[in-house]
Amino acid sequence: MNKYLGSCAVAAILLATTGVASARDQIQIAGSSTVLPYASIVAEAFGENTDFPTPVVESGGSGAGRKKLCEGVGENTIDIANSSSRIKQSDIDNCAANGVKDIQEVRIGYDGIVFASDISGPEFAFTPADWHNALAAKVLKDGKLVDNPYKAWNEIRADLPAQPILAFIPGTKHGTREVFDEKVLVAGCEENGTAEAIKAAGGEEKECMALRTDGVSVDIDGDYTETLARVDANKHGIGVFGLSFYQNNTDKLRVGTMGGIVPSVETIASGEYPVSRPLYFYVKNAHLDVIPGLQEYVEFFVSDEMAGPDGPLAAYGLVSDPELAKTQAAVKARTPMGALN
Amino acid sequence: MTVSVAGKAANDIQTKSILAPDARTRRRNAAEARFRLWGKLAVALGVLALVGLLLSILSNGLSSFQQTYIALDVYLDPAKLDKDGNRDPASIAKVSTFGYAPVIEKALSEAIAAKGIVVDGLSIKAAAELISKEAPASLRNFVIANPSKIGETVSFNLLASGRIDGYYKGRVTMESAALDRNTSPEQLRLADKLKEAGLLATRFNWDFFTAPDASDTRPEAAGLGVAILGSAYMMLIVLVLSLPLGVAASIYLEEFAPQNRFTDLVEVNIANLAAVPSIVFGILGLAVFINFAGLPQSAPIVGGLVLTLMTLPTIIIATRAALKAVPPSIRDAALGVGASKMQSIFHHVLPLAMPGILTGTIIGLAQALGETAPLLLIGMVAFVREFPGAPPQGFFDPASALPVQVYNWTQRGDPAFVERASGAIIVLLVFLVLMNLIAIILRRRFERRW
Repeated sequence: MNKYLGSCAVAAILLATTGVASARDQIQIAGSSTVLPYASIVAEAFGENTDFPTPVVESGGSGAGRKKLCEGVGENTIDIANSSSRIKQSDIDNCAANGVKDIQEVRIGYDGIVFASDISGPEFAFTPADWHNALAAKVLKDGKLVDNPYKAWNEIRADLPAQPILAFIPGTKHGTREVFDEKVLVAGCEENGTAEAIKAAGGEEKECMALRTDGVSVDIDGDYTETLARVDANKHGIGVFGLSFYQNNTDKLRVGTMGGIVPSVETIASGEYPVSRPLYFYVKNAHLDVIPGLQEYVEFFVSDEMAGPDGPLAAYGLVSDPELAKTQAAVKARTPMGALN
Repeated sequence: MTVSVAGKAANDIQTKSILAPDARTRRRNAAEARFRLWGKLAVALGVLALVGLLLSILSNGLSSFQQTYIALDVYLDPAKLDKDGNRDPASIAKVSTFGYAPVIEKALSEAIAAKGIVVDGLSIKAAAELISKEAPASLRNFVIANPSKIGETVSFNLLASGRIDGYYKGRVTMESAALDRNTSPEQLRLADKLKEAGLLATRFNWDFFTAPDASDTRPEAAGLGVAILGSAYMMLIVLVLSLPLGVAASIYLEEFAPQNRFTDLVEVNIANLAAVPSIVFGILGLAVFINFAGLPQSAPIVGGLVLTLMTLPTIIIATRAALKAVPPSIRDAALGVGASKMQSIFHHVLPLAMPGILTGTIIGLAQALGETAPLLLIGMVAFVREFPGAPPQGFFDPASALPVQVYNWTQRGDPAFVERASGAIIVLLVFLVLMNLIAIILRRRFERRW
């Protein structure tokens, strides 16, 4: 019996080495977990409606995806990196060093970031300044820069509900955190005058993003499902979610307004709702004529049928890009991205 | 002659009955009673945790084995589905799934009208949301496979959407539907009326075991097919590679290898390997099998090779213990009648050690079946909808795995995926229990004691 098993093992090892030569016929995609649901919706429809196999979509984070994209050219590297933040110069340099020259940047639309609390709690009408006052390490009180003294929302502004401050915000490894820092904390810091006070005291703007460490602001390193579980367990908590995640859980979450604007696909598209960011994917041009279906997939993704305002992506919560036609033309022409500005 | 017993203790012994325990005995008995209590508490806590875990998984997941379907007679309108009118597969394939949605919508509105169902405040577009977004795809596949049916009325069993399905499983209520953006109480009322009319039914969900994963917009269509196949391929590779390698290594180390520094070092390292965190094997797999050997990403072959490395030490340790347990008299007897060393091992020692070896192998396999961490790094934690081909070529196609599917589903936004994830856990647990049962049966039936 052992003899047979032994020869099986040898056969398997032989197969492992000979099979390498076989060509890959499935598109390989990796990257942002925010883009993942959209990419999988498109991949599914692409597989259904074309003769090409359904692409394989991995998650793992925007940075990890871009790093994989830049590993080199060849069938055992990925074709597309999904990213919820723009590619960095370091990524481009890394790509160039590994022989990945032409990369296409495709903007698929915008993603809203919403602030939501448990459905049974009160309504919240936030401003970025409120969030800065609630979470920053140092805030301006009575004209002086002090350690954050606020314990409840109504101490910050009398018309906010009398509820203890507790926030579940995305951890630093998330692309969402950058947007939160920039569009909420820094914007709020300037709005409530703390930024000026910091500058007057000789500090830098990034001190606006320093958060209090007394347990009121909780970093969530997992996904939105974890944030939801935390809000469910702590009815006072307010979580930061993606718009599409909120739209799938409207029976459990009550969304807060920002500057008086209710977040929705429409208000984000019109630019009224301030906290949003563009979503991208990056295509390795060298693979376009090698991997079957890659060009078709890219064109299918940005087609009006998928990414348009009435398409399934918008129905799931992606804010359609008003300049989609431009992207479609660029994708057809395979225009590689230029230098970052 | 008197026995001289010195001290107070002696007096005690003489004056007290042996039936009445003295202070020291009482203390010792109390210590024992306390220890027993701690033991019972520990067992109770363990059992409680297990029961709690199982209850939560079962209560969340059992419903995934049921699915709600809507039976519809759909008129396959040639004007919409075959615009050229020549039944040419190529021109039929040009109609995308978006073209099939109106056909289903029309069929549903006709069915509602035929049954005389009226629900106030429900547009036909909202009514069509009762049917899964998977339905146009299954209709299109049917039409492409049977072009001759165009122009006929065919009955289909279409999946109901995730929210409607959730309503019949208690996940969605009228109250939650009123707040829910993806459904409305009117839709639930229509579903109830369809059920009364016999068009809507909830029954056993075979597709859960055979269908591939589905995207976030159609949790009702998501299944474990690709994951089960991927896991099966990996287990096959692990079995075929690790059993002969592990058994050969342990026979050599146990029976032939000289006792010296070098073999000591090998032994210590094997024992250490068994304790290495599995993610380390994933990093190794990425570096060696994908980046160096150029094997494809997300493929069961790479997953199988990585898990083989992880399982080998377990198998070697179990096999060596099994070989050691065979009494030397068996070897001596074989050698005594003139067998060579190799004959004595392969004809006598190995068959007797086989139950132990198989038990170790199955436990190693069960461990590998539940492993996710190493797969994370080799690209198997992914959205895979395409079934891998038949082996051996299929080993190189992308596939998913059972624990990976659980991990993926817990991250999805739609609450219906929570049920699917728990259902996948149940399937995984059933496989693990089955494997352990086989191990126990093998041990009971074939083990010999001396």
